[in-house]
Amino acid sequence: MALKDITLGQYFPGSSPIHKMDPRSKILFTVLYIVALFTAKGPLAYVVLIAALGVCVAVSKVRLQSLVRGMKPVMIIILITAVLNIFYTPGDPIWQWGFLKITAEGIWAAIYMVLRITLLINCTFLLTYTTSPIMLTDGLEKLLGPLKKIHVPVHELAMMMSIALRFIPTLIEETDKIMSAQKARGADFDSGNLFQKAKALVPLLVPLFISAFRRADELAVAMECRCYHGGEGRTRMRQLKFERRDIAALLFGAALVALALLCRQLWPA
Amino acid sequence: MNAIIQTEKLSHVYSVGTPFEHSALADVDFTAYRGEYLGIIGRTGSGKSTLIQHLNGLLKPTSGRVLYEGQDIWESKERTRQTRFNVGLVFQYPEYQLFEETVYKDISFGPKNMGLDEKEVDRRVRDAAAFVGLSDQVLQQSPFELSGGQKRRVAIAGVIAMEPSVLVLDEPTAGLDPVGVESILSNIRDYHEAKNATIILVSHSMEEVARTVDRLVVVSKGKIPFTGTPREVFAHGDELEAMGLGVPQVTRVFHRLKALGVDIDPSVYTIEQARAAVRGYLARKGAK
Repeated sequence: MALKDITLGQYFPGSSPIHKMDPRSKILFTVLYIVALFTAKGPLAYVVLIAALGVCVAVSKVRLQSLVRGMKPVMIIILITAVLNIFYTPGDPIWQWGFLKITAEGIWAAIYMVLRITLLINCTFLLTYTTSPIMLTDGLEKLLGPLKKIHVPVHELAMMMSIALRFIPTLIEETDKIMSAQKARGADFDSGNLFQKAKALVPLLVPLFISAFRRADELAVAMECRCYHGGEGRTRMRQLKFERRDIAALLFGAALVALALLCRQLWPA
Repeated sequence: MNAIIQTEKLSHVYSVGTPFEHSALADVDFTAYRGEYLGIIGRTGSGKSTLIQHLNGLLKPTSGRVLYEGQDIWESKERTRQTRFNVGLVFQYPEYQLFEETVYKDISFGPKNMGLDEKEVDRRVRDAAAFVGLSDQVLQQSPFELSGGQKRRVAIAGVIAMEPSVLVLDEPTAGLDPVGVESILSNIRDYHEAKNATIILVSHSMEEVARTVDRLVVVSKGKIPFTGTPREVFAHGDELEAMGLGVPQVTRVFHRLKALGVDIDPSVYTIEQARAAVRGYLARKGAK
């Protein structure tokens, strides 16, 4: 697998209603969804939450394959969580072997935990898959705007974030290129023990750092050439506008939270 | 002539299974012969960089084979590694891969990876430095103190020091001034002549390849529509134009002259040939 194929937090361009939504409502919906996810209890709430995410994925036309691929790196964490939950939840043991025992409560806890993590990861993936990094930071900046009153440098933070996000693909590409160039000179990044592997990274990291600093320098000059002087009095090319679908999405999110709370009342564990 | 590198039905698809999936090469049959000076031309995104990265096993074909001296380079891990030393690849803007404290150490990175003894490494570093015109004094400097053109030389020397029998260079003159372009091209020619090495020069500049290479391979949209001597390839002027490549300026001028009814052979592609053609024409005209 080439470095380029890493999908974590990547944007897949598209023109679905979800792609076109205001980033603020997408962020807020994601937050509402996560709140619902963590208040949810009982099978009904989970069924509804799974269905809700399923509908979102279907509407967004993001391929299931890409979501599954994104899950790969966190698979181990999910497995460990499941195992710990199965064995360490107190309750009626249904199977016992030495100090290991499995309880019915443990199995349920594990299932819920796995679902919870999977849904959490997938809903945030859906956000980054359908929202370009620029839109995402624009949305965040607007949402956090009120914090400016208490002197939080919201604009600067958002700008830093969008620059950082913007340069991740560039850096990955650069890494790929330098790696190829050093491999062409016989560098070996794959074999040897840990120490040798770390040493093999020097020919990769030195040029990478140098080019990162050079890029930062060039970017700073380019920004100054265009008279950038912080967020004061800055207007936007893309004005964010709430539309009907955004209101619908927020109502949907609120409904999910309400339902999760209701389910909590019905199945108090 | 016997082939040194061949590709058979070589195809490459990037980012398989994502929305970014695209095919860069489709069933390409490419051959480079021993000891020739070959030019590859194509527009940005035509697949030429993808093609050359297959020649030394940096990219693995999606389908098809790459042969070095008749043997599949992906046959075993050892063969792939050996091919990297036999086929030297200089990337575009190679100066960004420099990392060592001194120029000497940087050039010796390749030979050292080959597992050569110290004496041989030293000889190769000094030979390579001589080919690209770096003085002994420069060898002890940090590569980061040098000018852009000098850095480029160091990077090229780093590949030459492995003494590959095939040297592939991706746009080695990009971003250099005319004097720098000339001197890098003549360094490459020196290496070609001294070691009887096969040179593969990738470029998008018709002028540059026209006057340096023996044979040309045109890459367009992941395929090879034409190969042949520069004269043969430039005869396809209109098709090249349609691929966004065009012919050298002199050739274009001569084609236009011919179209205007001037009795002149339009198949010229260097200034020298043009001068001879014009002289010949004037002599004939004077004789009438």
